[in-house]
Amino acid sequence: MRIVVAMSGGVDSSVAAALLAEQGHDVVGVSMHLHPSTPSGRPGHGPGDPGSGRAAGACCTLDDLHDARRVAQAIGFPHYILNFESRFDEAVVSNFVREYVAGRTPIPCARCNSDLKFSALLDQAGGLGAGALATGHYARITRGEDGIFHLLRGRDLGKDQSYFLFALTQEQMARALFPVGHLDKDAVRDHARRLGLRVAGKPDSQEICFVPDGDYAAFVEREAPHLTRPGAIVSEGGRVLGTHEGVHRFTIGQRRGLRLSSSAPLYVTHIDAAAARIVVGPKEALGRASLTASGVNWTSGVAPAGWRRVSAQIRHRHPAAPARVRALGDGRAELAFDEPQTAVTPGQAVVVYEGEEVLGGGWIE
Amino acid sequence: MRIYLDHNATTPPAPEVVDLVARVTREVWGNASSIHHFGQQAKAALDDARGQVAELLRAEPSEVVFTGGGTESDNAAIRGAAEALEPTGRRHLVTTAIEHEAVLNTMKALARRGWRVTVVPVDATGIVSVDAVTEALADDTALVSVMHANNELGTVQPVEAIAQAARARGVLVHTDAVQTAGKLPIDVRRLGVDLLSVSAHKFYGPKGVGALWIRRGVRLAPFVTGGRQERGRRAGTENVAGIAGMGAAAARALRKMAGEGPRQAALRDRLEVGVMAAVAGSDRNGAAAPRVPNTSNISVERIESESLLIGLDLEGIAVSSGSACSSGTLEPSHVLKAMGLPHARTLGSIRFSLGEATTDIDVDRVIAVLPGLVEKLRNLTVTMRR
Repeated sequence: MRIVVAMSGGVDSSVAAALLAEQGHDVVGVSMHLHPSTPSGRPGHGPGDPGSGRAAGACCTLDDLHDARRVAQAIGFPHYILNFESRFDEAVVSNFVREYVAGRTPIPCARCNSDLKFSALLDQAGGLGAGALATGHYARITRGEDGIFHLLRGRDLGKDQSYFLFALTQEQMARALFPVGHLDKDAVRDHARRLGLRVAGKPDSQEICFVPDGDYAAFVEREAPHLTRPGAIVSEGGRVLGTHEGVHRFTIGQRRGLRLSSSAPLYVTHIDAAAARIVVGPKEALGRASLTASGVNWTSGVAPAGWRRVSAQIRHRHPAAPARVRALGDGRAELAFDEPQTAVTPGQAVVVYEGEEVLGGGWIE
Repeated sequence: MRIYLDHNATTPPAPEVVDLVARVTREVWGNASSIHHFGQQAKAALDDARGQVAELLRAEPSEVVFTGGGTESDNAAIRGAAEALEPTGRRHLVTTAIEHEAVLNTMKALARRGWRVTVVPVDATGIVSVDAVTEALADDTALVSVMHANNELGTVQPVEAIAQAARARGVLVHTDAVQTAGKLPIDVRRLGVDLLSVSAHKFYGPKGVGALWIRRGVRLAPFVTGGRQERGRRAGTENVAGIAGMGAAAARALRKMAGEGPRQAALRDRLEVGVMAAVAGSDRNGAAAPRVPNTSNISVERIESESLLIGLDLEGIAVSSGSACSSGTLEPSHVLKAMGLPHARTLGSIRFSLGEATTDIDVDRVIAVLPGLVEKLRNLTVTMRR
């Protein structure tokens, strides 16, 4: 079978491609050119999709494209660079900026997966005669006896990227392959060494690929200077405690950068973009027992009837917490945690699991 | 069997050229500036090649300066003329919208240093108008650069008439003849230009070697300073083997031109007619104008050339969209844009450039494969817009 592999130049997607080639598939490597020649920067520190930016084909630097090409050359399959610059800008970068300006904290890697890789790139793979699109994501897809596809966490729970893939539909899963999803990272590196891939020791990327220096605020200000404005920092009771230079500089639960003098530590508990207001409070005020989500995808294709017990993950590094979920109309869902959770952040995804399986997810409102 | 239809990007070096380059590398390794036997051998190899390239252009050998390729020749001509003429107060350059990046970006670089640059548009057939160029000339125009044939379309520009008009006003004329040398007969004096660029690897010679023809008496600043090689214009120990290869390729091209031209033109025409009949919504670009015999530019509606190019490559057919230098970007070709083609038509354009090895079988294969690929990609475009 012809398989298009989204290659980022990182070790995961390189091994994914190599393993498929080794199994005798007709592998076609592609790298997505996403952003105008972003220089390689220092690793960032923000919420990210560790590895998946790279692992799933978010090539950002020329060196990464070069690495992908050399892997393809060494193993002996064709490799092409596809220009997704304008589509990436529309689907991911603009959304990222809009979300920050609206006081939310976006996850561009999840948008990129659902709106780019497993839509436009998947379609393009079909156009090239491929039966499947493979990426280097740490996640697994299985097919039940009833023909339904199931999305599972990657075997290496430390690297698991299923959180970023919650929006996959049955149709997309039918054509998606995650060849390293059943391996742990060490095994992937072992394969890379066994296959003589020069990327075997390449470090994982941590940053959001189009903000290599990790300075999201500066990025938003560059992209949308007219949309950022200063405002007040207020207490839960509405007392003005200080000023800030734009809501895009804050995320729920943030403590740094508030520049407030207060005896007890204060955290961002609420962001009111319309009023350009940051609300702060003590740590206890961060807890929330429920949330609603929009843009919800149920991976089985069918929303559960009534309340369903799940474990819910509200950000990439969040240990999933016991909760109940039920579908509302309009692609929305309501979720109630057994125990209040800290820093439920609008713009992040809530992904609900049953055991290892992703049942669905949506964007926190 | 892979089919190579990208000869405007580069050509496979002819076996006799490869053999000569290898032999000269091995046996004629002297420094051509040396007085002794070894140097004399190298010098003789350069002399032979210079004579052969001069013959291809119907020029005098002493007017041929070897360079590192077509892009370097373009740079040398434009920058060298600008530098030489700056003290005379001339501060204006004229070129066309369909030039190769080697010319356009060199002009841009000079514009940043204070030169005025007029970029003359082309008409819908891909031809620059002589009148438009003439009108662009000013009292302080130093140089006009108009390519001999366009690399994407193959359209042959009215260089002769432009040169006549420009030289009458004391303006230097450069032409980038990279896409015509070896394909069309060139007579530099009949063309009437002052400077002409060629590149060896476009006519079955080695890469990394080219030439700039400089009309005797034309003042040009040296483009690489150092020793006295190439009469002080391009310093540095000569690439003797590459230059020898270029000479052999030039001699060979001159020999083959009369036969290959009509043969490739017939194949090209058959390819175009076949594709247009087999693929709905396809049309050729620039075909109303005189063209070099090997080049065809075809727009296919409702597809993106990037996908078609990859699809063809996976079928073993190598073509290009626009020029190879700008591949990897989805920016529509500046050439097709300059012709005023609608955006949709510029997005789905591919270039077939035929060569000596191209056969009827290759053409048949393209005509057989293309419709199915286009069909598949068009269905995909529909789902993408869902």
